[in-house]
Amino acid sequence: MEPVVDFRGAVCLLGRFPALAGVDLDVARGEIVLLQGPNGAGKTTVLRACAGLVPVVEGDASVLGVDLRADRRAVRHRVGLLGHASGLYEDLTVADNVRFWARAGRAHDADADAAMARLGLAGRLADVAVARLSAGQRRRTSLAVMVARRPELWLLDEPHAALDQDGRDLVDSLMADAVAAGATVLFASHELDRAQAVAHRTITIAGGTVAVDRSPAGTAAPGAPAPTGAEPAVEPDPEAVVS
Amino acid sequence: MNTTTGGPLEDRETGSGAGLLRVHPDGTASPGSRRFGIVLSVSVVVFLAVALVISPPDSGAGASENAMGEMVRIMYVHVPVANACYLAFFMTALASVMYLWKKTEGWDSLAAASAEVGVVFTALTLATGSIWGKIAWGTWWEWDARLTSTLLMLVVYIGYLALRRAILDPVVRAKRAAIVGLVAFANVPIVHYSVTWWRGLHQEATISRFDPTIDGGKLFALMFGLLLGVALYVWLMIHRFRLQYAEARLESKGLDVALAERRAEAVADRPQAGAPLAAAAQKGTNP
Amino acid sequence: MSAGTPSTLFRDAALVVGKDLRLEWRSRVITSQVLPFAVLVLVLFAFALDPDRRILGEATPGLFWLAVLFSTLLALQRAFAVEAADGVTDALRLSGLDPAGIFLGKAAGIAVHLLALELVLGVGVTFFYGTTPHGPVLLVATCLAATAGLAAVGSLYGVLSAGMRARDTLLPLLLLPVVAPVLIAATQAFAAAYDRSSGEGWRWFGLLVVFALLYLAIGIFAFETLLEES
Repeated sequence: MEPVVDFRGAVCLLGRFPALAGVDLDVARGEIVLLQGPNGAGKTTVLRACAGLVPVVEGDASVLGVDLRADRRAVRHRVGLLGHASGLYEDLTVADNVRFWARAGRAHDADADAAMARLGLAGRLADVAVARLSAGQRRRTSLAVMVARRPELWLLDEPHAALDQDGRDLVDSLMADAVAAGATVLFASHELDRAQAVAHRTITIAGGTVAVDRSPAGTAAPGAPAPTGAEPAVEPDPEAVVS
Repeated sequence: MNTTTGGPLEDRETGSGAGLLRVHPDGTASPGSRRFGIVLSVSVVVFLAVALVISPPDSGAGASENAMGEMVRIMYVHVPVANACYLAFFMTALASVMYLWKKTEGWDSLAAASAEVGVVFTALTLATGSIWGKIAWGTWWEWDARLTSTLLMLVVYIGYLALRRAILDPVVRAKRAAIVGLVAFANVPIVHYSVTWWRGLHQEATISRFDPTIDGGKLFALMFGLLLGVALYVWLMIHRFRLQYAEARLESKGLDVALAERRAEAVADRPQAGAPLAAAAQKGTNP
Repeated sequence: MSAGTPSTLFRDAALVVGKDLRLEWRSRVITSQVLPFAVLVLVLFAFALDPDRRILGEATPGLFWLAVLFSTLLALQRAFAVEAADGVTDALRLSGLDPAGIFLGKAAGIAVHLLALELVLGVGVTFFYGTTPHGPVLLVATCLAATAGLAAVGSLYGVLSAGMRARDTLLPLLLLPVVAPVLIAATQAFAAAYDRSSGEGWRWFGLLVVFALLYLAIGIFAFETLLEES
């Protein structure tokens, strides 16, 4: 299958801190891949590196066929990133925001309106300033921007956070729809039960490296024995330390 | 696990430190720059003797009232430091362009070092200009075109250094500083013309001009001073640049250690993540 | 983005300026805070210089442009605080908008705000200082050229210091010495217009145009680099 994300020994620095210390990662087109791992493991940095926001300083990295070390800007308008921050203008209304970001991504107002309707933001909420929204409503607005822009690669950082039950179900169905439409999803989550039910594959990140890459997910509970055979299972990173 | 990884880490750290010390046992000096420094120190003493004692006072063209007399001597210091400050800022702009083109750390270090030295020379230019003004015009400050534009230039480069201090990430700092370094230099002629026109509107040269008759001993003193100003700039740059370079090396040495430490976090996490993972890690170390 | 054709450049610039004007329409921060501040500065000048209409009248061009300059700092801080808040900078980087278009849009938005401000200040100096305006063509031309220069160089330094520690203190230090030529030239052009000696004034207008073009060019080329976090 065509690789959408292809990282080989990717190193990313935040200032002088190596947030990613050599990541090997493959994501094929149409996959939904879950990133899990403890706080500070490097999940967010993986997503930001895939979006072309954080430079990869060592190793090889390509996303959607774009070599990130050569020109990471070229990939940006083709991916969508839902981060911890909303990426919205506080003083503009929900509709203003979704339409502005949709137009910036060459989408039409009709796409923006459809996306707002899908996220339950049509009607009264559309004309409310973002500053007056609850955390969950902001999340929905950010998701509406993403839906309207139709990215080829969805990068979601804790997409279920701050959402109600209804909203969490909605996120899951959005991911499924995106993949059905030919996109690819890479997301980080701590809500493992829900996330593993959606994901095709689970990758565990620890210490800025891939600790476990397991597929297919959902067949095994967390903490179950790691595969010992064929899969590119375990990064022998202690070697790098000792040598 | 932690004890086995700890050992090599410490060795690396002390190794890198010792390596740096071996390269520069006495800080930023090298035999060449030390000899250069000695020659420079002797030259400064000789220059001061020439400029302040041996060279003749200005008698003006035909002993007119424009003659500057002993006052001319400040010119031997003022003109060389002014020359050096322009040289320094030109170098900052050049290094900024080169950084934006090549994206290598050395050009950024050069731009920063040159701006620091330039700010010192500009302050000296203003101080000597002001002293000369006190004698010639009777006031410490006149809104003379050259003085005013030099003052603005000083503030612009103080802003440049403040910007460098406000950004922690070395790559972001280098890029933004390079653009400001370039803009600051592009701004020099605009400031110069606007201030000159601004002064030109009100009065033209009611103050005595800074143009003594230059010949013989005075010409020698001035040329000697100019040469010495450039040499002093070069000597300061050698040391400032080596210091910047050593700092950058120290940081990049730290990267290997930081990478190893970062990877070790994964090892430390493994026992919590479950026994099978720890076993797998064990397998990785002992194939 | 690499696809920076002129049509996408102006399309993106129009999108950004439209967004900024809508943002001001919804929040009214410039209208309700910066505009009153500018008028207040005019009043404070009168307190500092004595309510002697002769001094105020003579100093009108300089006081007018000083008030514009101080208000520009506030308008810039507002314009770029908005872009630095809550992940918006990342969203801009990912948006697909041409960085040069973002620069032109931000500069145009600031210019519109500044022109409105100058209109109010123009009425202010006539009302408070009793200065009768002359040479309307030169006055308007000077306002346009000076505002273009202030907006261009302001957007450049605004994005440079946005999201930085100590940006509120750094921005004036970086910006004010660079815009000193604008203060000089615009003040002299205004003085020439008020004195009905517009020949001198057009020379200063020329300097303002050169300044504006230089910084617009620098901004178009440098904005992509400045928008990057690293």
